Amino acid sequence: MDTALLNRLKDIAISDSGFIFDPYSGATFNTNETGRFILQLLKEGNGIDAIQSEIRKHFKTSEEDLRSDIYEFINLLMEAQLLPKSFQC
Amino acid sequence: MNQFDWTIGVTGLNATDNPGPGISVIRSLRAHPGFKGKIIGLTYHYMDPGLYASDLIDSAYLIPLPSEGIQSLRQRLEYIKKRTDLSLLIPTLDSEISGFISLEPELRGIGIRLFLPTQQQFDIRSKVHLAEVCEKANLDFPRTRIVSDIESLCQVSMEIPFPYMLKGIFYGATLVNTMDEASMAFHRTTAQWGLPVIIQEFLIGEEYDVLAVGDGEGGIVGGLPMKKTSLTEKGKGWAGVVVKDPKFLAMAETFCRMTKWRGPFEMEVLKTKEERYFLLEINPRFPAWTYLCVGAGQNLPVAVAQLAMGMEPAPLPEFKAGTMFVRISLEQVVKIDRLEEIISKGEIHYR
Repeated sequence: MDTALLNRLKDIAISDSGFIFDPYSGATFNTNETGRFILQLLKEGNGIDAIQSEIRKHFKTSEEDLRSDIYEFINLLMEAQLLPKSFQC
Repeated sequence: MNQFDWTIGVTGLNATDNPGPGISVIRSLRAHPGFKGKIIGLTYHYMDPGLYASDLIDSAYLIPLPSEGIQSLRQRLEYIKKRTDLSLLIPTLDSEISGFISLEPELRGIGIRLFLPTQQQFDIRSKVHLAEVCEKANLDFPRTRIVSDIESLCQVSMEIPFPYMLKGIFYGATLVNTMDEASMAFHRTTAQWGLPVIIQEFLIGEEYDVLAVGDGEGGIVGGLPMKKTSLTEKGKGWAGVVVKDPKFLAMAETFCRMTKWRGPFEMEVLKTKEERYFLLEINPRFPAWTYLCVGAGQNLPVAVAQLAMGMEPAPLPEFKAGTMFVRISLEQVVKIDRLEEIISKGEIHYR
C-alpha cells in the first residue's frame, strides 16, 4: 500500500460504535463491528490475506463467502470514496 | 497571552436566516482570552438582530447605506470615533467593502485602522473578472459569461446549456432551466443588484468553502476548509464540518500568491465526483460561519485585528478537521425602549 494512501487511511476516524468520519471530504458513515474491524486492518496497512486471517480468528464466518464479503466491503469503501477506485490489496 | 483593549467596529449584524457575518466575527473576537476591548456594532437597519445582542456588543450605531456615498459614511464614522475611540473596523458585507477601501487613508488619518485588500485586488476577485484570475492561476473554473442585456442572455443561452446559474453582481444565485426562467431571473436580479449578471455553467458536486486571511504580501496567515452539511432553502450553509483535504488550502494559497490579497476572504469551491476542484466565487470578507474557525483552533478575526493594528499575529496552530457547527435561531427578548433609542437617536449603548 503506498504511503499517501496509508496516510489518508490513517486519518479516517472510526469510533467504537462504528461511526466513520472522513476528514478529507467531511463525509460520515456507519458500519457494523466487522466493517470497523476490516477498516482498522486496512488502516494498519494489511492486505486481503491478512484481513481474511484476522477475521477468521475473531469472527465465526463461512469460509466460502469470506473473501468475497471482504471485497464487497472494500467496494463499498470505494463507493464512499474512502478508498480510491484504483485500490488493490 | 497577548491582551488587547481596542475598540473594534464590526458591520453585518443582520443575523437573519441568511445571516451577515458580523455576529460570528464578534463572537470570535470575544472568544479570545486576551480580549479586553469593546465592540461597536455598525448597522444599516434598526431591526438588524445583532443590534439587540447586548451580551455581544457594547454600543451600536446606525450607519448610512453605501448608496448614500462614502462622504456621509466618513462623517458618521468621525462622529462614532469621537464618542467611542473606535480604533479599528472590520467590515463584513460585500456591498460596503469598496467604500471602506476608498475611505481607508482618511480613516487611518483619524485613527481608525482597517485590514482590507486594495481596490485593484478587490476588483480582480469580482465575479466579472474571476475567470481570468483562475485561468492565470491554473485553477478550474466553470464556464462563465457576463451579460448586461436580454439579447446577450439569449445568445449565451445557446452557448451554455440549461440548466445554468444566473448570479447577481454582489449577491444571489438562481438555477434556471429554461429561457423563460432565465429572463425572469435576469430582471429580478438586475432590479435588486444592478447590471451585469453572471451566467455560470451548472456543475454537480459537493460544495466546500474555504476561509483564509491573506497577509498582503502573497502569503496566508491562516485558513481552513469547511464542507456544508446542511443547507437552508436559500442554499445557505446551516451546518458544516472542517475538512482536511489539502487541495482547498492550496487553492487559497495560490490565489493569495497571485493577488497578494490583504484581509479575510471566503473561497467557494465545488468538488466533482471526478475529483476536480472548481473555484466558484471569492467573497472579499469573513463568512457568516467564521466562528467555526475559533472552534477549530484558528481565531482569524483576532489575527485580522492584530494585522490592522500593525502587529504580527502569532503563528496559528493547525486547524482541527472534524470540528463542526450547527446554527441555531433564537428569540432575543428586548425592552421597547431599546427600539426607541435606536430609532430616535440612531445609537444604542449597553455599557
